[in-house]
Amino acid sequence: MIANYGYKDGSGEYYISIDTDKCIDCAADRACLTACPKHMFEIITDDYDDEVAWVKKECTRALAYDCAGCKPAGGYTSLPCTTACTPGAIKHSW
Amino acid sequence: MNAEVAAATAAPEKKEFWRWQENTWFDETKNWKDAKIITCGIDVGSVSSQAVLVCDGELYGYNSMRTGNNSPDSAKNALQGIMDKIGMKLEDINYVVGTGYGRVNVPFAHKAITEIACHARGANYMGGNQVRTILDMGGQDCKAIHCDEKGKVTNFLMNDKCAAGTGRGMEVISDLMQIPIAELGPRSFDVETEPEAVSSICVVFAKSEALGLLKAGYTKNMVIAAYCQAMAERVVSLLERIGVEEGFFITGGIAKNPGVVKRIERLLGIKQVETKIDSQIAGALGAALFGYTLMQKQAAK
Repeated sequence: MIANYGYKDGSGEYYISIDTDKCIDCAADRACLTACPKHMFEIITDDYDDEVAWVKKECTRALAYDCAGCKPAGGYTSLPCTTACTPGAIKHSW
Repeated sequence: MNAEVAAATAAPEKKEFWRWQENTWFDETKNWKDAKIITCGIDVGSVSSQAVLVCDGELYGYNSMRTGNNSPDSAKNALQGIMDKIGMKLEDINYVVGTGYGRVNVPFAHKAITEIACHARGANYMGGNQVRTILDMGGQDCKAIHCDEKGKVTNFLMNDKCAAGTGRGMEVISDLMQIPIAELGPRSFDVETEPEAVSSICVVFAKSEALGLLKAGYTKNMVIAAYCQAMAERVVSLLERIGVEEGFFITGGIAKNPGVVKRIERLLGIKQVETKIDSQIAGALGAALFGYTLMQKQAAK
Protein backbone atom coordinates (compact mmCIF):
# COMPACT_ATOMS: atom_id res chain seq x y z
CA MET A 1 0.00 0.00 0.00
CA ILE A 2 1.21 3.51 -0.78
CA ALA A 3 0.31 5.77 2.12
CA ASN A 4 0.55 9.52 1.48
CA TYR A 5 0.79 11.77 4.51
CA GLY A 6 0.67 15.53 4.18
CA TYR A 7 -1.39 18.24 2.56
CA LYS A 8 -1.83 20.72 -0.22
CA ASP A 9 -2.19 24.39 0.63
CA GLY A 10 -1.70 27.76 -1.03
CA SER A 11 2.08 27.38 -1.00
CA GLY A 12 2.29 23.93 -2.59
CA GLU A 13 1.93 20.18 -2.14
CA TYR A 14 3.77 18.48 0.70
CA TYR A 15 3.41 14.71 0.92
CA ILE A 16 5.60 11.97 2.33
CA SER A 17 4.76 8.67 0.61
CA ILE A 18 5.50 5.37 2.33
CA ASP A 19 5.33 2.11 0.40
CA THR A 20 4.22 -0.03 3.32
CA ASP A 21 4.80 -3.30 1.45
CA LYS A 22 8.52 -2.52 1.78
CA CYS A 23 8.10 -1.84 5.51
CA ILE A 24 6.67 -5.21 6.49
CA ASP A 25 10.04 -7.00 6.49
CA CYS A 26 12.16 -3.88 6.77
CA ALA A 27 15.63 -4.51 5.38
CA ALA A 28 16.94 -1.34 7.02
CA ASP A 29 16.03 -2.35 10.59
CA ARG A 30 13.54 0.51 10.97
CA ALA A 31 16.29 3.09 10.37
CA CYS A 32 13.72 5.79 9.60
CA LEU A 33 12.82 6.01 13.29
CA THR A 34 16.23 7.38 14.26
CA ALA A 35 17.23 9.03 10.97
CA CYS A 36 14.58 11.75 11.14
CA PRO A 37 15.84 14.62 13.35
CA LYS A 38 12.22 15.46 14.17
CA HIS A 39 11.31 11.82 14.98
CA MET A 40 8.31 12.02 12.69
CA PHE A 41 8.14 8.31 11.92
CA GLU A 42 6.56 5.66 14.07
CA ILE A 43 5.83 1.95 13.66
CA ILE A 44 2.16 1.02 13.89
CA THR A 45 0.01 -2.01 13.21
CA ASP A 46 -2.12 -1.05 10.22
CA ASP A 47 -5.70 -2.07 9.40
CA TYR A 48 -4.47 -5.25 7.74
CA ASP A 49 -2.38 -6.26 10.81
CA ASP A 50 0.97 -5.41 9.22
CA GLU A 51 3.65 -3.55 11.20
CA VAL A 52 4.53 -0.53 9.07
CA ALA A 53 5.92 2.97 9.39
CA TRP A 54 3.73 6.04 9.28
CA VAL A 55 4.14 9.76 9.83
CA LYS A 56 2.85 10.75 13.25
CA LYS A 57 -0.54 12.45 13.04
CA GLU A 58 0.67 15.59 14.79
CA CYS A 59 3.37 16.07 12.11
CA THR A 60 1.26 15.64 8.96
CA ARG A 61 0.00 19.23 8.83
CA ALA A 62 3.38 20.94 9.15
CA LEU A 63 5.67 18.99 6.81
CA ALA A 64 6.76 22.06 4.86
CA TYR A 65 8.24 23.52 8.04
CA ASP A 66 9.39 20.37 9.84
CA CYS A 67 11.20 18.93 6.81
CA ALA A 68 12.73 22.25 5.73
CA GLY A 69 15.88 21.68 7.83
CA CYS A 70 16.69 18.46 5.93
CA LYS A 71 16.36 19.99 2.46
CA PRO A 72 19.39 21.40 0.55
CA ALA A 73 18.86 24.83 2.10
CA GLY A 74 19.41 23.21 5.49
CA GLY A 75 22.81 21.91 4.43
CA TYR A 76 21.83 18.36 3.46
CA THR A 77 22.64 16.89 0.07
CA SER A 78 20.14 14.07 0.55
CA LEU A 79 17.23 13.58 2.90
CA PRO A 80 18.18 11.58 6.04
CA CYS A 81 14.92 9.61 5.99
CA THR A 82 15.09 8.52 2.34
CA THR A 83 18.83 7.76 2.65
CA ALA A 84 18.31 5.63 5.77
CA CYS A 85 15.42 3.75 4.18
CA THR A 86 17.50 1.49 1.95
CA PRO A 87 14.45 -0.45 0.64
CA GLY A 88 13.30 2.87 -0.87
CA ALA A 89 9.92 3.00 0.83
CA ILE A 90 10.00 6.72 1.68
CA LYS A 91 9.58 9.52 -0.87
CA HIS A 92 8.99 13.26 -0.59
CA SER A 93 6.75 14.98 -3.14
CA TRP A 94 8.66 18.27 -3.00
CA MET B 1 -47.26 43.60 25.64
CA ASN B 2 -49.70 43.03 22.82
CA ALA B 3 -49.17 40.40 20.12
CA GLU B 4 -48.00 42.90 17.50
CA VAL B 5 -45.30 44.36 19.72
CA ALA B 6 -44.20 40.89 20.81
CA ALA B 7 -43.91 39.81 17.18
CA ALA B 8 -41.94 42.91 16.25
CA THR B 9 -39.47 42.59 19.12
CA ALA B 10 -39.02 38.81 19.05
CA ALA B 11 -35.70 37.51 17.73
CA PRO B 12 -36.10 36.38 14.11
CA GLU B 13 -36.29 32.63 13.67
CA LYS B 14 -32.86 31.47 12.52
CA LYS B 15 -33.12 29.12 9.60
CA GLU B 16 -30.42 26.50 9.36
CA PHE B 17 -29.95 26.25 5.60
CA TRP B 18 -26.93 23.97 6.03
CA ARG B 19 -28.92 21.30 7.89
CA TRP B 20 -28.93 18.13 5.82
CA GLN B 21 -31.49 15.36 6.06
CA GLU B 22 -30.80 12.82 8.81
CA ASN B 23 -32.28 9.44 8.01
CA THR B 24 -32.91 5.92 9.23
CA TRP B 25 -33.60 2.86 7.09
CA PHE B 26 -33.94 -0.87 7.53
CA ASP B 27 -34.77 -3.74 5.20
CA GLU B 28 -38.41 -4.56 5.97
CA THR B 29 -38.26 -7.76 3.91
CA LYS B 30 -35.87 -9.33 6.43
CA ASN B 31 -35.95 -10.13 10.13
CA TRP B 32 -32.72 -9.56 12.01
CA LYS B 33 -33.67 -12.36 14.42
CA ASP B 34 -33.08 -14.87 11.61
CA ALA B 35 -29.43 -13.82 11.25
CA LYS B 36 -26.61 -15.94 12.63
CA ILE B 37 -24.07 -13.12 12.82
CA ILE B 38 -25.02 -9.48 13.43
CA THR B 39 -22.25 -6.91 13.19
CA CYS B 40 -22.33 -3.17 13.54
CA GLY B 41 -20.15 -0.39 12.17
CA ILE B 42 -20.13 3.01 13.85
CA ASP B 43 -18.60 5.90 11.93
CA VAL B 44 -18.19 8.94 14.16
CA GLY B 45 -17.20 11.68 11.75
CA SER B 46 -16.47 15.31 12.43
CA VAL B 47 -19.87 16.35 11.07
CA SER B 48 -22.06 13.22 10.82
CA SER B 49 -22.29 9.89 12.64
CA GLN B 50 -23.65 6.66 11.21
CA ALA B 51 -24.51 3.27 12.66
CA VAL B 52 -24.88 0.42 10.17
CA LEU B 53 -26.15 -3.08 10.95
CA VAL B 54 -25.04 -6.00 8.82
CA CYS B 55 -26.81 -9.37 9.14
CA ASP B 56 -24.83 -12.36 7.84
CA GLY B 57 -22.72 -10.08 5.64
CA GLU B 58 -25.67 -8.17 4.10
CA LEU B 59 -26.73 -4.60 4.80
CA TYR B 60 -29.77 -4.64 7.08
CA GLY B 61 -30.25 -1.09 8.36
CA TYR B 62 -28.64 2.19 9.28
CA ASN B 63 -29.07 5.50 11.02
CA SER B 64 -27.30 8.67 9.89
CA MET B 65 -27.34 11.80 12.04
CA ARG B 66 -25.38 14.89 12.92
CA THR B 67 -22.40 14.40 15.28
CA GLY B 68 -22.93 16.04 18.65
CA ASN B 69 -20.38 17.66 20.90
CA ASN B 70 -18.98 14.39 22.20
CA SER B 71 -18.04 11.24 20.32
CA PRO B 72 -19.28 8.54 22.77
CA ASP B 73 -22.76 10.10 22.90
CA SER B 74 -22.84 10.50 19.12
CA ALA B 75 -21.98 6.82 18.69
CA LYS B 76 -24.63 5.77 21.22
CA ASN B 77 -27.31 7.99 19.69
CA ALA B 78 -26.58 6.81 16.16
CA LEU B 79 -26.91 3.16 17.15
CA GLN B 80 -29.90 3.74 19.43
CA GLY B 81 -31.72 5.42 16.54
CA ILE B 82 -31.75 2.23 14.46
CA MET B 83 -32.06 -0.23 17.38
CA ASP B 84 -35.22 1.49 18.65
CA LYS B 85 -36.85 1.14 15.22
CA ILE B 86 -36.26 -2.60 15.00
CA GLY B 87 -36.49 -3.64 18.67
CA MET B 88 -32.84 -4.64 18.97
CA LYS B 89 -30.58 -4.42 22.01
CA LEU B 90 -26.79 -3.97 22.13
CA GLU B 91 -26.45 -7.55 23.46
CA ASP B 92 -27.97 -8.83 20.20
CA ILE B 93 -24.99 -7.51 18.22
CA ASN B 94 -22.04 -9.91 17.97
CA TYR B 95 -19.31 -7.45 17.02
CA VAL B 96 -18.96 -3.68 16.82
CA VAL B 97 -16.27 -1.84 14.87
CA GLY B 98 -15.65 1.88 15.34
CA THR B 99 -14.29 4.07 12.57
CA GLY B 100 -13.97 7.72 11.62
CA TYR B 101 -12.51 10.68 13.42
CA GLY B 102 -13.98 9.58 16.78
CA ARG B 103 -13.38 5.84 16.34
CA VAL B 104 -11.35 5.43 19.54
CA ASN B 105 -14.21 6.97 21.52
CA VAL B 106 -16.88 4.41 20.69
CA PRO B 107 -17.33 2.87 24.15
CA PHE B 108 -18.92 -0.41 23.04
CA ALA B 109 -16.63 -1.08 20.03
CA HIS B 110 -14.54 -4.28 19.99
CA LYS B 111 -12.09 -2.81 17.48
CA ALA B 112 -11.23 0.49 15.80
CA ILE B 113 -10.31 0.61 12.09
CA THR B 114 -9.36 3.72 10.11
CA GLU B 115 -11.99 5.30 7.89
CA ILE B 116 -9.70 4.87 4.88
CA ALA B 117 -9.87 1.07 5.04
CA CYS B 118 -13.58 1.17 5.94
CA HIS B 119 -14.56 3.48 3.05
CA ALA B 120 -12.75 1.24 0.59
CA ARG B 121 -14.51 -1.83 1.96
CA GLY B 122 -17.89 -0.06 2.00
CA ALA B 123 -17.44 1.25 -1.55
CA ASN B 124 -16.55 -2.26 -2.71
CA TYR B 125 -19.89 -3.49 -1.31
CA MET B 126 -21.93 -0.56 -2.62
CA GLY B 127 -20.40 -0.30 -6.08
CA GLY B 128 -19.22 -3.88 -6.59
CA ASN B 129 -15.74 -5.27 -7.15
CA GLN B 130 -15.25 -3.03 -10.22
CA VAL B 131 -14.58 -0.07 -7.87
CA ARG B 132 -10.92 0.97 -7.93
CA THR B 133 -10.80 4.74 -7.25
CA ILE B 134 -12.72 6.16 -4.32
CA LEU B 135 -13.23 9.76 -3.40
CA ASP B 136 -14.54 10.30 0.11
CA MET B 137 -15.76 13.84 0.54
CA GLY B 138 -16.28 13.98 4.26
CA GLY B 139 -17.48 16.69 6.60
CA GLN B 140 -14.07 18.15 7.35
CA ASP B 141 -11.61 16.21 5.24
CA CYS B 142 -11.24 14.66 1.84
CA LYS B 143 -9.67 11.33 0.92
CA ALA B 144 -8.58 9.81 -2.35
CA ILE B 145 -8.26 6.02 -2.17
CA HIS B 146 -7.27 3.23 -4.55
CA CYS B 147 -8.34 -0.31 -3.78
CA ASP B 148 -8.15 -3.78 -5.31
CA GLU B 149 -11.07 -6.00 -6.34
CA LYS B 150 -11.55 -7.08 -2.71
CA GLY B 151 -11.76 -3.54 -1.39
CA LYS B 152 -8.27 -3.59 0.15
CA VAL B 153 -6.52 -0.20 0.07
CA THR B 154 -3.51 -0.02 -2.27
CA ASN B 155 -2.91 3.75 -2.23
CA PHE B 156 -4.42 6.62 -0.30
CA LEU B 157 -4.10 10.31 0.32
CA MET B 158 -5.95 12.41 2.85
CA ASN B 159 -6.25 16.16 3.13
CA ASP B 160 -7.55 17.33 6.48
CA LYS B 161 -5.66 20.58 6.78
CA CYS B 162 -8.39 22.83 5.46
CA ALA B 163 -12.11 22.72 4.75
CA ALA B 164 -11.88 23.40 1.01
CA GLY B 165 -13.36 20.41 -0.81
CA THR B 166 -15.33 19.22 2.20
CA GLY B 167 -18.94 19.10 3.30
CA ARG B 168 -18.39 21.85 5.85
CA GLY B 169 -17.32 24.18 3.05
CA MET B 170 -20.61 23.51 1.26
CA GLU B 171 -22.53 24.17 4.48
CA VAL B 172 -20.83 27.57 4.77
CA ILE B 173 -21.90 28.49 1.22
CA SER B 174 -25.43 27.21 1.89
CA ASP B 175 -25.76 29.53 4.88
CA LEU B 176 -24.19 32.43 3.01
CA MET B 177 -26.60 32.04 0.08
CA GLN B 178 -29.54 31.25 2.39
CA ILE B 179 -30.46 28.30 0.23
CA PRO B 180 -31.13 24.81 1.66
CA ILE B 181 -28.08 22.63 1.13
CA ALA B 182 -29.99 19.99 -0.86
CA GLU B 183 -30.93 22.64 -3.47
CA LEU B 184 -27.39 23.85 -4.13
CA GLY B 185 -26.46 21.12 -6.61
CA PRO B 186 -29.50 21.42 -8.91
CA ARG B 187 -29.39 25.24 -8.77
CA SER B 188 -25.73 25.27 -9.83
CA PHE B 189 -26.83 24.10 -13.29
CA ASP B 190 -29.41 26.86 -13.65
CA VAL B 191 -26.90 29.29 -15.20
CA GLU B 192 -26.51 30.54 -18.76
CA THR B 193 -22.73 30.29 -18.80
CA GLU B 194 -20.43 28.37 -16.48
CA PRO B 195 -18.55 30.91 -14.30
CA GLU B 196 -14.89 30.68 -13.30
CA ALA B 197 -14.26 28.79 -10.07
CA VAL B 198 -13.74 30.74 -6.84
CA SER B 199 -10.69 29.98 -4.63
CA SER B 200 -10.23 26.25 -4.21
CA ILE B 201 -7.54 26.57 -1.57
CA CYS B 202 -9.46 27.98 1.38
CA VAL B 203 -13.14 28.18 2.40
CA VAL B 204 -12.62 31.56 4.06
CA PHE B 205 -11.20 32.98 0.83
CA ALA B 206 -13.94 31.27 -1.18
CA LYS B 207 -16.59 32.85 1.04
CA SER B 208 -15.00 36.30 0.61
CA GLU B 209 -14.85 35.81 -3.16
CA ALA B 210 -18.47 34.65 -3.22
CA LEU B 211 -19.55 37.84 -1.44
CA GLY B 212 -17.51 39.87 -3.92
CA LEU B 213 -19.19 38.12 -6.85
CA LEU B 214 -22.66 38.84 -5.43
CA LYS B 215 -21.74 42.51 -5.13
CA ALA B 216 -20.44 42.43 -8.70
CA GLY B 217 -23.86 41.34 -9.92
CA TYR B 218 -23.56 37.55 -10.11
CA THR B 219 -26.79 35.71 -9.41
CA LYS B 220 -26.86 33.29 -6.46
CA ASN B 221 -26.93 30.38 -8.89
CA MET B 222 -23.78 31.63 -10.61
CA VAL B 223 -21.97 31.93 -7.28
CA ILE B 224 -23.07 28.40 -6.33
CA ALA B 225 -21.86 27.13 -9.70
CA ALA B 226 -18.50 28.85 -9.14
CA TYR B 227 -18.19 27.22 -5.72
CA CYS B 228 -19.17 23.75 -6.99
CA GLN B 229 -16.56 24.10 -9.73
CA ALA B 230 -13.92 25.15 -7.15
CA MET B 231 -14.74 22.13 -5.01
CA ALA B 232 -14.55 19.81 -8.02
CA GLU B 233 -11.17 21.25 -9.09
CA ARG B 234 -9.84 20.89 -5.57
CA VAL B 235 -10.70 17.19 -5.19
CA VAL B 236 -9.68 16.33 -8.75
CA SER B 237 -6.18 17.66 -7.99
CA LEU B 238 -6.06 15.28 -5.02
CA LEU B 239 -7.29 12.37 -7.12
CA GLU B 240 -4.72 13.06 -9.82
CA ARG B 241 -1.94 12.71 -7.26
CA ILE B 242 -2.76 9.04 -6.76
CA GLY B 243 -4.03 8.46 -10.31
CA VAL B 244 -7.59 7.80 -11.44
CA GLU B 245 -8.76 4.44 -12.77
CA GLU B 246 -12.15 3.39 -14.15
CA GLY B 247 -14.49 2.15 -11.44
CA PHE B 248 -14.75 5.57 -9.82
CA PHE B 249 -16.91 5.85 -6.73
CA ILE B 250 -17.77 8.79 -4.48
CA THR B 251 -18.67 8.41 -0.81
CA GLY B 252 -19.64 10.97 1.82
CA GLY B 253 -22.32 13.61 1.91
CA ILE B 254 -21.09 15.59 -1.10
CA ALA B 255 -21.82 12.56 -3.29
CA LYS B 256 -25.47 13.70 -2.96
CA ASN B 257 -24.66 17.05 -4.57
CA PRO B 258 -24.99 16.67 -8.35
CA GLY B 259 -23.46 20.12 -8.87
CA VAL B 260 -20.13 18.86 -7.57
CA VAL B 261 -20.38 15.27 -8.80
CA LYS B 262 -21.15 16.18 -12.42
CA ARG B 263 -18.33 18.71 -12.48
CA ILE B 264 -15.87 16.12 -11.10
CA GLU B 265 -17.02 13.68 -13.78
CA ARG B 266 -16.55 16.37 -16.42
CA LEU B 267 -13.01 17.17 -15.23
CA LEU B 268 -11.98 13.52 -14.97
CA GLY B 269 -13.74 12.43 -18.14
CA ILE B 270 -15.27 9.38 -16.42
CA LYS B 271 -18.64 8.58 -14.83
CA GLN B 272 -18.97 7.46 -11.25
CA VAL B 273 -20.34 4.01 -10.43
CA GLU B 274 -23.98 4.45 -9.40
CA THR B 275 -25.51 3.01 -6.22
CA LYS B 276 -28.89 3.13 -4.52
CA ILE B 277 -27.35 2.98 -1.05
CA ASP B 278 -26.85 6.24 0.90
CA SER B 279 -23.29 7.43 0.12
CA GLN B 280 -22.86 8.72 3.67
CA ILE B 281 -22.89 5.25 5.24
CA ALA B 282 -19.92 3.83 3.29
CA GLY B 283 -17.49 4.09 6.23
CA ALA B 284 -19.82 2.54 8.80
CA LEU B 285 -20.87 -0.14 6.31
CA GLY B 286 -17.22 -1.03 5.67
CA ALA B 287 -16.63 -1.19 9.44
CA ALA B 288 -19.58 -3.57 9.89
CA LEU B 289 -18.28 -5.75 7.03
CA PHE B 290 -14.82 -5.85 8.65
CA GLY B 291 -16.60 -6.99 11.83
CA TYR B 292 -18.36 -9.76 9.90
CA THR B 293 -15.06 -11.01 8.43
CA LEU B 294 -13.45 -11.00 11.88
CA MET B 295 -16.37 -12.99 13.30
CA GLN B 296 -16.07 -15.52 10.50
CA LYS B 297 -12.32 -15.86 11.15
CA GLN B 298 -12.98 -16.39 14.86
CA ALA B 299 -15.61 -19.03 14.10
CA ALA B 300 -13.22 -20.86 11.75
CA LYS B 301 -10.55 -21.20 14.49
